[in-house]
Amino acid sequence: MSDKNKTTAGGGPGAEILPELKKDVAHKGYLSKETMAAVAGQAGIPLNSVYGVASFYSYLPVSPVGSNVIRVCNCLPCEMKDGTVVVEGIRREIAIGPGQTTPDGKFTLELVSCIGACDQAPAMMINDRLYGDLTADKIAGILKSY
Amino acid sequence: MAEKRIVLGNCGAVDPQDIGSYLKAGGFKAYGKARGMKPRAIVEEVKKSGLTGRGGAGFSCGLKWEMALNARGGQKYLICNADEGEVGAFKDKYILSHDPFGLIEGMLIAGLAIGARQAYIYLRDEYHSLNSLLVSAIEQAGAKGYLKDTDIRVFEGAGAYVCGEESALMNSIEGQRGESRYKPPYPAARGLWNMPTIINNVETLMNVPHIINKGAGWFSAMGSGRSKGTKVFSVSGDVSRPGVYELEIGSPLRELVVDLAGAAEVKAIQIGGAAGNIIPGYMIDTPLSHETFLGSGSVVVFNSTRDIIDIVYSDMRFLSEESCGKCTPCREGTEVMLEILGRLRQGEGHERDINSMEELARVMAAASLCGLGQAAAVPVLDSLRYFYNEYIDRVGQSHFLRSYLGGELVELKEGMR
Repeated sequence: MSDKNKTTAGGGPGAEILPELKKDVAHKGYLSKETMAAVAGQAGIPLNSVYGVASFYSYLPVSPVGSNVIRVCNCLPCEMKDGTVVVEGIRREIAIGPGQTTPDGKFTLELVSCIGACDQAPAMMINDRLYGDLTADKIAGILKSY
Repeated sequence: MAEKRIVLGNCGAVDPQDIGSYLKAGGFKAYGKARGMKPRAIVEEVKKSGLTGRGGAGFSCGLKWEMALNARGGQKYLICNADEGEVGAFKDKYILSHDPFGLIEGMLIAGLAIGARQAYIYLRDEYHSLNSLLVSAIEQAGAKGYLKDTDIRVFEGAGAYVCGEESALMNSIEGQRGESRYKPPYPAARGLWNMPTIINNVETLMNVPHIINKGAGWFSAMGSGRSKGTKVFSVSGDVSRPGVYELEIGSPLRELVVDLAGAAEVKAIQIGGAAGNIIPGYMIDTPLSHETFLGSGSVVVFNSTRDIIDIVYSDMRFLSEESCGKCTPCREGTEVMLEILGRLRQGEGHERDINSMEELARVMAAASLCGLGQAAAVPVLDSLRYFYNEYIDRVGQSHFLRSYLGGELVELKEGMR
């Protein structure tokens, strides 16, 4: 995964929390209880507050995920361009469905809200990289490149 | 009428990675001019221009700035809302990736106007790939000495549509759950860390340098009624040329979806995202403005093969998923709507379902805490208004299934879908 360190915070209290959690996700893949406890300790707030924050955001996983997270757009413009091809194509290649991780821990598949690539529907992201105008053939090639 | 590229004027013409290219195209001239103006004069100019918020709400930008200028607070903040999350919206992504310096200049002028020493670009996580471009643009502007009055930082979201709502966005920066706040107080009075805060959409800020350069009169000569200037749209769905287009406000919808984007056999169009208006194809000559339909600029086109109930179901699935959960009308209302729409599309609906949705829609619009819940029922009500027969037909099919086939023939029902 690419480094998300560049995001700068500053400002008043709490401004470091989201960047800190994102940095941990970038490095460790997900937020373990220990990681969240460390962030809570630094910020001087209870662990359950940090868990409350982390569990609110789709891109801050609180349980282990694969080393590559596939996020398939689950909204109308992608759905209209035969969006089921994407999930079915992924299932055929790596035998997982939404919410699942491959046994080797290489991929996790998630359905997500609009990723802003409606002009290249159907689209998905793997980690931070966007793939658009997807077809079953294209998906096989993309997954093999990881 | 063709496209009128003002906000998008630099897109493709200027190198987004090189401030020199932007300066050569006349960049930061407006900022220089604004530095010679009193803050109140900048606010007056923007107020006179009639510029309104381009994120969907359409509130007067100048009035908002005036409130922040008049507000008392040791520190004032400016936030550029780059959390573009409406379904079908990708115009801000286009702007950010092609003209980051234009945005920075707009933000610096806004900073001068309201007296904000600290500004943020709240960038959605999905656009993380643009982070380094923005940071580099900010650094280049800093190296040229432009950030002396207002410092700009990029703050990344973490995947939550509701953070595009301004109070949820501020909570997110403060390291909290992205839940909406009760209003008042409005952000211009008490916003980020309880200080006066202005939150403007990317496109709104992009207009500002042009207004300062060419004057309020030039800007307000464009548009229709009280909707001035141009609007940037992102068009997708059943069109042959999906993409980002800029038109003078007041241009007919037909020009956007048929002439530019290449739609044919238009059955319906949804404007403004999942909670936006759904209008029938026969209204395609409607001029686009705040008085009619504009929203955030997301336009999704549906041709005659599309099922309206499927469309509304997909909208509601998104909204129920993205409801922040703080207030009951939105959290529960979107779930109940989704359940009803799900039954209707499966051929398990009743007439009373339609009445229930209408009743629930009224409660959600009146009692929800923020725009998400207040607008969530808009596609339901619009589809009932313009495509009532499709609901009635589906209920009729449901009766048929129940009376003739009994409850077991699930496969047949699936086949009808």
